[in-house]
Amino acid sequence: MGKFISRAKRTLMLPAFALVIFLSGCADLVVLDPQGPVAESQAELITFSIIMMLGIVAVVFVLFTYMLVKFRYRPEKEGNDNYDPTHHGNNKLEVIWTVIPLIIVTVLSIPTVTTIFELENPPEVSADTEPLVVHATTANYKWFFSYPEENIETVNYLHIPTDRAIEFKLSSADSMTALWIPALGGQKYNMAGMENTLYLQADNEGEYAGRNANYNGSGFAGHTFEVIAQNEDDYNAWVTEVQESAPELTEEAYVEMLTPGLAANSEYSSTHLDYVDHGTNEGREYIVDQHGGELGEKLHLQGGREIWDE
Amino acid sequence: MEAFLDFFFGEFLVTGQPLIYGAMVSIALGSITVIAVLTYFKAWGWLWREYITSVDHKKIGIMYIIAAIVMFVRGGIDAMMMRIQTSLPGMTFLDSQHYNEIFTTHGTIMIIFMAMPFLIGLMNFAVPLQIGARDVAFPFFNNLSFWSFAFGLALFNISFIIGGSPDAGWTNYAPMAGAELNPGPAINYYLLGLQLSGIGTLGTGINFIVTILKMRAPGITMMRLPIFTWSTLITALIIVFAFPILTVALALMTLDRIFGAKLFTLAGEGMPMMWANLFWLWGHPEVYIVILPAFGIFSEVISTFARKQLFGYKAMVYAMVIIALLSFLVWVHHFFTMGAGGGVNSFFSITTMLIAVPTGVKIFNWLGTMYRGRITFETPMLWALAFIPNFVIGGVTGVMLAMAAADYQYHNTYFLVAHFHYVLIAGTVFGCFSGLIFWYPKMFGHKLNEKLGKIFFWLFMIGFNVCFLPMYFLGFAGMPRRTYTIEPEWMPLSLTATAGAFMMAAGFAVFVYSIYYSFRYAERETQGDSWGVGRTLDWATATPIPFYNFATLPEFDSKDAYVGMKDKGETTYDKSKVEEIHMPSNSGLPFFMMLALFIASFGLVWEWFWMAIPGLIMFFIVMGIRSFDYNEGFHVSTKEIHEIEQAARGEDSK
Ligand code: HEM
Ligand SMILES: [Cu+2]
Ligand SMILES: [Cu+2]
Repeated sequence: MGKFISRAKRTLMLPAFALVIFLSGCADLVVLDPQGPVAESQAELITFSIIMMLGIVAVVFVLFTYMLVKFRYRPEKEGNDNYDPTHHGNNKLEVIWTVIPLIIVTVLSIPTVTTIFELENPPEVSADTEPLVVHATTANYKWFFSYPEENIETVNYLHIPTDRAIEFKLSSADSMTALWIPALGGQKYNMAGMENTLYLQADNEGEYAGRNANYNGSGFAGHTFEVIAQNEDDYNAWVTEVQESAPELTEEAYVEMLTPGLAANSEYSSTHLDYVDHGTNEGREYIVDQHGGELGEKLHLQGGREIWDE
Repeated sequence: MEAFLDFFFGEFLVTGQPLIYGAMVSIALGSITVIAVLTYFKAWGWLWREYITSVDHKKIGIMYIIAAIVMFVRGGIDAMMMRIQTSLPGMTFLDSQHYNEIFTTHGTIMIIFMAMPFLIGLMNFAVPLQIGARDVAFPFFNNLSFWSFAFGLALFNISFIIGGSPDAGWTNYAPMAGAELNPGPAINYYLLGLQLSGIGTLGTGINFIVTILKMRAPGITMMRLPIFTWSTLITALIIVFAFPILTVALALMTLDRIFGAKLFTLAGEGMPMMWANLFWLWGHPEVYIVILPAFGIFSEVISTFARKQLFGYKAMVYAMVIIALLSFLVWVHHFFTMGAGGGVNSFFSITTMLIAVPTGVKIFNWLGTMYRGRITFETPMLWALAFIPNFVIGGVTGVMLAMAAADYQYHNTYFLVAHFHYVLIAGTVFGCFSGLIFWYPKMFGHKLNEKLGKIFFWLFMIGFNVCFLPMYFLGFAGMPRRTYTIEPEWMPLSLTATAGAFMMAAGFAVFVYSIYYSFRYAERETQGDSWGVGRTLDWATATPIPFYNFATLPEFDSKDAYVGMKDKGETTYDKSKVEEIHMPSNSGLPFFMMLALFIASFGLVWEWFWMAIPGLIMFFIVMGIRSFDYNEGFHVSTKEIHEIEQAARGEDSK
């Protein structure tokens, strides 16, 4: 009974707290508030499309309202209400409203296609520096960020320098997931046995929320990470510190972390790429070989982040 | 014995969740009530003779619709639970695993066991009437299709008390849904439940293609077909091309999970991405399967209550044909983020946006139909009118999603959830409500109460917008779909959405009440043209519709067949022309055939071959019995026809 009451209390307290936040402001629309060139070109495309779409919506709504008001049946006006039960077409009009949407589609296609190809490469603005390569690997609800050149690895958070493109090498040890940092740009999938490349970049220092956006099971809601964008000096200082003070990531410790569950942030002075790269065909069965029967285990996360963070 | 009990309470029954105990109790009480009522009224025989074994397309249609409404309630309860859990941060109403099961069953049930059967029910009811046929081309097969669907539905739904619900989303992506990462019966329920009901859907597709091509009354040429019938024909064609893909995909994953194959697995060179491709090769056409018939209903209803011919009939038909073709060329837009490369994404962006063109043409043609009309606001018309602006919002956000570079930001977010509910609810669900209320008097002999219907409409329509409009902004705020808990900054919008969901639920409750209220108090229909403004042959029949539909039919020479008949003073009962009618007999075999497959599938779900194999054998035995069934149907005498028609049409028809 006591347990029930404390649970009920918790259920009620958090919402009450949340209600305060409700009154103190609205959600900020992170996708429309880009913090880097990739997110920026996407936000521009989105804004452009919203304006076009609002135009279409306005036209249809106006016509719709006109039809409703003008042609609503009023018995008293019968006889001079312009009613024509056999009116059934008008070729000129029909051609017009086929051609106009075609033009709109063309107008939307051009920036879409150019942006699609633009995002396949690192942002123009930082073309003079080599992108920083980070392998982002997911395994049942954890993120592993390996920096092969720096020979360090972090779990569930990463540091990046500002004004330099980051070349994420995406792969997964098990289910398909997606790396998404809305403030910096759109997502791409991580898949087992293959590697995807995603370029992102931060213009401003700060902390950004990142997550797996693609549902992968019972720990999905907890499958998040933090991005800390720093200027180059701070970033380099952080790299050196991890290289010098963090332990090595032994295969044993790594395999241990591949069991289903959430994990705390941690950092290492070597990478798991030394023994397995899940983005290659050889690395693809690794997790099944190591953990065969345990991978079906389900987490039962309760409540919000503050509860399962402990 | 102990081992058995361990299994029974440990794995077989789902235990440990109070909500599920609640559901078990209510299911038990519900079943006892139904059984008691049927027994009390000695209605078992009636149910068996009049419905379960019926080959009458009208009754089969009604059974589909009843099942769909029940599934709307089930899927709706799932939806309310999700909305409660995500209304506030830190909610502990559902845990992550339970939430995942619920959005999976919600999505699957709403699409496969609610939207599709609702529309198939309306097609079954209306299409043979609209083309002047006495039944569908293959009535026995039609009953079989229904039972395949119904047993598939049952199999999928029992998962939540027996064995556990599937939890890999309605898309059931590999390798997450494979045996390595998700062992146990839950996903098998998804695979076999959909497989079983898919047989029926494919059957319906074939049945309606043949019916519409071969069973039209003299003079109803293809270009004079009512537009709902056209939409059914095109939908049936999509079904016949798309459903085999699903059948194969499900079978392959079943091989993986139950027979140890390695087609979509992590280990052993499986190709998980292949599942996503096969799924959406079926899945995108599937969304057109549930929208085109709704378009057809809106066309009928708008032209009926604007009292005008449909504007741009030919363009409407061609637009549907083009949509159907394009629907097979866009599937990659569901995974632009898979990294297929710029060329592929550009191609599928453009094909997807192109669908907006024929859809736009249809929207303007509906507006054109209203032009110079006399519009009145009966409830079917309210739903059809509300469809236009709401669907346009869903449509333009669909175009936004089609722009691949932008989709990288929308994908997997609430922006997407908002979009597909705007098209599925404002399109499909409004269409189902509109069609049901429209044809209700022909089904049950009385209308639904208009006043309650209007309360239902306004609550549901406004609630729908309050619920789903904020979700677009939640997407922009970075909220992913399928997450059981929300961040504090999403709360204002998320809580608003929940309030909207409660309005929708309240509206739906009014609808359910109006069914009861109208059954008790509504005026009974005395003539066939219930709304007084019918345009198609369905309204030319008497109410209640005789089981053979039409005693006689005139020769037709224009669209809007019934408008022409009214002008010339013709009816579907020309005393001088009445002849004996040949009708098919009812049959209980389809029920047993599908019961056998149900048993076999249930066995497969649990990998109990001692159950699966006999089930399959039983199926073949019943099929064998059917092969020796020489029942050729029966004849209705002219005397009986005169009696039925005169009873339905009143004194003056004598
Ligand atoms: C009646 C009101 C409805 C409400 C309040 C509602 C609510 C929701 C919500 C909140 C989700 C997202 C769950 C999540 O991603 O965490 C969802 C998913 C979904 N809904 Fe609905 N829904 C409703 C009706 C419908 C209808 C009528 C359909 C189809 C005809 C439908 C089809 C789906 C599908 C396919 C999904 C995706 C499931 C998945 O992610 O696997 N919903 N619904
Ligand atoms: Cu892949
Ligand atoms: Cu699609």
